[in-house]
Amino acid sequence: MYVAVKGGERAIENAHAWLAEERRGDPGVAELSLGQIREQLSLAVNRVMAEGSLYDPDLAALAIKQARGDLIEAIFLIRAYRTTLPRFGATEPLDTGEMACDRRISATFKDAPGGQVLGPTFDYTHRLLDFKLAAEGGEPNAPQAEPREAPMPHITGFLQGEGLIQQEADSGAAPRDLTREPLEFPADRPLRLQSLTRGDEGFILGMAYSTQRGYARNHAFVGELRIGTCAVEMEIPELGFAIEIGEVELTECETVNQFTGSKTEPPQFTRGYGLVFGQSERKSIAMALVDRALRWKELGEDDTGAPAQDEEFVLSHSDNIQATGFLEHIKLPHYVDFQSELELVRKLRREAQVSHREAAE
Amino acid sequence: MTKRSETPDSATAARRAWMGLLARAPEGELMALWEKVAGRPAFDWLRPPETGGVMVRGRTGGTGSAFNLGEMTVTRCALALRDGTVGHGYVQGRSRAKAEAAALIDAMMQTEAADDLRRTVLEPLERHMAEARSTRAAKAAATKVDFFTMVRGEDT
Repeated sequence: MYVAVKGGERAIENAHAWLAEERRGDPGVAELSLGQIREQLSLAVNRVMAEGSLYDPDLAALAIKQARGDLIEAIFLIRAYRTTLPRFGATEPLDTGEMACDRRISATFKDAPGGQVLGPTFDYTHRLLDFKLAAEGGEPNAPQAEPREAPMPHITGFLQGEGLIQQEADSGAAPRDLTREPLEFPADRPLRLQSLTRGDEGFILGMAYSTQRGYARNHAFVGELRIGTCAVEMEIPELGFAIEIGEVELTECETVNQFTGSKTEPPQFTRGYGLVFGQSERKSIAMALVDRALRWKELGEDDTGAPAQDEEFVLSHSDNIQATGFLEHIKLPHYVDFQSELELVRKLRREAQVSHREAAE
Repeated sequence: MTKRSETPDSATAARRAWMGLLARAPEGELMALWEKVAGRPAFDWLRPPETGGVMVRGRTGGTGSAFNLGEMTVTRCALALRDGTVGHGYVQGRSRAKAEAAALIDAMMQTEAADDLRRTVLEPLERHMAEARSTRAAKAAATKVDFFTMVRGEDT
């Protein structure tokens, strides 16, 4: 339990004043602008939007600045802000097939229509520190080629044509929303995907890696990974029709996994699915692997007891704000709790000493 | 779940197009063009600008059931010109000024000012945005792996 402790007001005020000073750092160094964070630390901005569960690059940049670059603290700020917003409604489901792709690769089909488009990737860089970046100046210039006008077809569409991959059925139901109702088990796939996409990248990555190392191994290929922007459409009640209300950058990963078939389904490939705000490649691949591992029950696969198959374990521990809140609360004053523990240990020690003495006599 | 509206008539299609353009437009570009528009009409608020969240949905496996991906910020407002024409603004982000401009343009596009406005605001905006999109697509195209060249090389 906690007790109200009075008397810390001035210490707290001064601590916050010092925090502001430390946040600013050396005043001889130019202050960061939100534009600089948004444009030059865009992958941090993307992570804060994905796990903060709110797409707004300027707000995410502000949160990163306020949090001194602590991304989980920044995500906390965004989550707190999000709760103050009235909900205007929900969009039509995104059509990722219409995505304007910056990047689109497949590990399964070399000659996929639309081709392998690498985009602005870290892949194939040598991971050597580039000291040229330490010196200021210079405007890099990317080469251009004839742009593709038509949308990129989804790779899994080709497998679907032959019936080789399980069809994704549309239940037509409004999805449950864990920001509106508490997470309850069993969770259906839409609810699991909502939880995974806002889950901690490190946790989801670790879970996904565990499946690759043999804990509920499911033999995933990256059928397709695409990054780009999609228009967001919403039905406006006062207008009576849907309009585009903006566009978001997304990363989508579809894994293609072996499936030996069941009583009702022939042997075919199945999918793991990852969809994340922003350019978040590692997260979306990890999400797809964990999604596929969690589908064992509906696909009639064995429960190997692996952590990645346990939806209660995965979904209850993937939220870094819940985890941080519970973890860090133990640093707050627990004086009375501890006082009673102290009394107990002293009493036990006294009793132990007495019985020890009596035994010796 | 909401349903896509029936095949809209051409007036609705045109309105959808300009509202979508205004929603997606970079604020700086829209405001720069809007500020140059002379003769902006007086209006009354039906709903002053307010910022809220909209839940963006995706589909399982890209094509299956809907799921909640996360929210985005949207600012909306509604106004009426003195002749009663109603304009709606629904724009991405938190800018009240942008929402107001979008709603006024939406209203004016239903009046005689439409042709002028289309020429001075919507068309330049559309051109800029198409150019930006095309430049990105051109950069993406330059990173396309050309496996075929290697195969041809082995043939000769």
